[in-house]
Formats: sequence, C-alpha cells, structure tokens
Amino acid sequence: MTQDHDHDDDRAHGSELSEMQLRVRAIETVLAEKGYIDSAALDVIIEAYETKIGPHNGARVVARAWTDPAFKQALTADATRAVQSLGLIDRVGDHLIAVENTPKLHNMIVCTLCSCYPWEVLGLPPVWYKSAPYRSRAVNDPRGVLADFGLTLPADAQIRVWDSTAETRFIVLPMRPTGTEGWSEEKLAALVTRDCMVGTGLPREPKDIA
Amino acid sequence: MDGIHDMGGMHGFGKVEPERNEPVFHAAWEGRTLAMQRAMMYAGAYNIDQMRAAIEALPPELYLSSSYYKRWALEIENLVTGLGLADVDEIKTGLARHAGKPLRNLTAGEVPNALTRGSYFRPPPSPARFKAGDRVRAKNIHPPTHTRLPRYARGHVGVIEAIRGCHVFPDSSALGAGENPQWLYTVRFEGRELWGETTDPTLTVSIEAFEPYLEAA
Repeated sequence: MTQDHDHDDDRAHGSELSEMQLRVRAIETVLAEKGYIDSAALDVIIEAYETKIGPHNGARVVARAWTDPAFKQALTADATRAVQSLGLIDRVGDHLIAVENTPKLHNMIVCTLCSCYPWEVLGLPPVWYKSAPYRSRAVNDPRGVLADFGLTLPADAQIRVWDSTAETRFIVLPMRPTGTEGWSEEKLAALVTRDCMVGTGLPREPKDIA
Repeated sequence: MDGIHDMGGMHGFGKVEPERNEPVFHAAWEGRTLAMQRAMMYAGAYNIDQMRAAIEALPPELYLSSSYYKRWALEIENLVTGLGLADVDEIKTGLARHAGKPLRNLTAGEVPNALTRGSYFRPPPSPARFKAGDRVRAKNIHPPTHTRLPRYARGHVGVIEAIRGCHVFPDSSALGAGENPQWLYTVRFEGRELWGETTDPTLTVSIEAFEPYLEAA
C-alpha cells in the first residue's frame, strides 16, 4: 500500500513536469503555425539569457563606479545613459536607476506586484526574488528578509526599500569593500554578487576570493 | 484589482529560501515560455500591462500554486485565446486549424533589438502637478481592473522624492484603452506610516506612483 502510494506520488510529480512540457509545446506549435512566432528566434532569446545577459554585466558597472568617480556620478544621475556609455550591452532600455549604499543607508529592491527586475544588467531574476515570501516581507520586514540571507546590518543603519511598481528599474550600488585599494576593475568585479546589487547581500571580501 | 498578486506586507508565506547555484531555467519549457512571451510582445500581440493583468486574473489558488513561468504559460494561453489569436481548442490540441492574423513575426536576426526594453517615456499632456518635497497621500482607491498602486500604500502620506518623467499609464494600457500618459513619481513613506508604531524606525519604503494615484496632503 505504502509502495503504491509512493509510486503514485512519483507519477503525479513526473506528470506535472511533462504536463507543462506538453502544454508549452502545444502553445508554441500553434503560435508558430499561425505565423506569430519563429522557433529559431526563441532559441536565440534563450541562448542570450543563458550566456550573455546576467549579473556579470551589473558587476562591471559597479566595479567601474568604484574606480571612476566621474562615472559614479554619471551613474547615479542617469544610469541608463551611464551604462550605455560603457558599451557592455548593445542598447540599454530607459528608466534604469542606480541607488547608492552608504555606511548609514542600505538599499533593497523588490517588486511586490509581480517581479520587475533590471534584466539588462542582472539577467533573469532568481526564484526567491519572484517568490511570495520575498515579495510580501521585503516591504515590512526587510531586516527579517536579510536574516534569511545571513545578513545583519547595524541597528542604526537606515533601510530603504524600493518597490518597483512602474517601468523604472533599480540596481543597488554597494559600498566598495575595504582592502581593495589599487585593485583593477576586473578584479573588483569578481567581488560584486548579484545579491549585493539587489540589496540582499554585501559584496565579497578580498579574503573570499583569495 | 485587489488580487493575490498584491503581496506587499502579507503574512504567512514563510522564509525566503535562496537556491545555491541556481540555473537560469529549471526546465526547458521555462525558457520556451519566456522566449514566447518576448516574441509575442515584440509581435504586438499584447502589451506588458495586458500581460500583467492576465496573470493577476488567474484564480488566486492557481496563482499561488503555480511557478512563475507556469503563470506565464497560462497567461499566454488566456491572452491568445481571449484576443482571438487562437482558439481554445487549438491550444488544447496543439494543432492550428485556422490561419493566423497578421503580426510582426520576430525573426532570429531581429532578436537583439527585441531584447532591449522599450521606452515608456511619452510627451506630457500637461505639466507635473507635484514637485520634489511635496507631501502627498496615495488615494484610497480599489479599481477592479489592473493598477500599479499597491494596497499597502493606499491612504498613506508620503513625500515626493523624484519626478521620473511622463510614462505610459498601465491602468489604461492594460485595458487596451490607449497609453494615456501620466507623470510618474518616486514617493517615499516612513515605515511607521505604513505599518504602525511598532515598526522598525529605520525603515522607509518607496513606490513608483502615477499622478492619478496621488492627492496633495
């Protein structure tokens, strides 16, 4: 009996996956046959998100801001234009905003209504960013959320949560770790994690990559 | 719409659980779904506000029990059938029985253009009503249709921190009622204003609010 039960559970789980595979294949087939989409174009889109568009782009932006005060100023004034000027991304969409952490202020990004995220500089959002726990708690218990990430901020640090409720997109400019004086932009970029650009983490320390 | 999607401040969903070394997609169909969404929006089949409205219209129990990309797949089904781009029967069987309507089919060569976000800036029909530093109250409104004013902000007083330009207004765009451009502001609220006196005094929260959501306070 127990065996049968387990077996049924496995099958239920397996058929849930294959149900989505079949269902999505059916949608794609119909949309392609009707001439709305081209499956070869879908392949190119998927490849771009798997290989080209990711947090390594944002990390370069942050590392440049850490080493070039004029760029940092340009970034906080108009992030779309500043990131465009780096030439990392073919064309940066409008409405990108960089918000800067200081010893007294920690910024955190959320989208409580869906899962808006700065795809061009960070890639596709991780599952936790899109999850109900993050979307519900980021705005009323950010310190509790940060604890889930193993991060504790000083009690007197101000916490600012940016809810991405329109087409504006936010990226956090974290503080440069100490002990990195004279480092190259490339080496600094290796310290910049995805989470520290969302505000749920801090950059790696030099000892972490030694 | 006061739906399940409007999650800010809700209790009971538990801890945030980051996944180590998370893959970009957890199954091949997730990538296909994402790519179809991009291609269909490029084709002009529907806009981003119609997309969000269709996700929000999923029954709450289905919304909560579906993964992010499953919601997208269900939304694509509902939109293409709702907009008359395909029949329910065609989607169910995976067989196209009728010719499609003319859309701008995205080709592989055009993908780099399609991956850039469009601009939502529009020429302002009138000057901005508020300026940085103004005190504003988020209106206590409950439209049954798509809106981007989260429930937790409604009725509360904040400060205009920045003017973000004049943008497409999602509440109109989601209905297919035109872009109806409106000024967009970053409005900052004290955590205690939103959540009460027992809240962490170091917390401030901002929303991106369209002018019709706001009144002088």
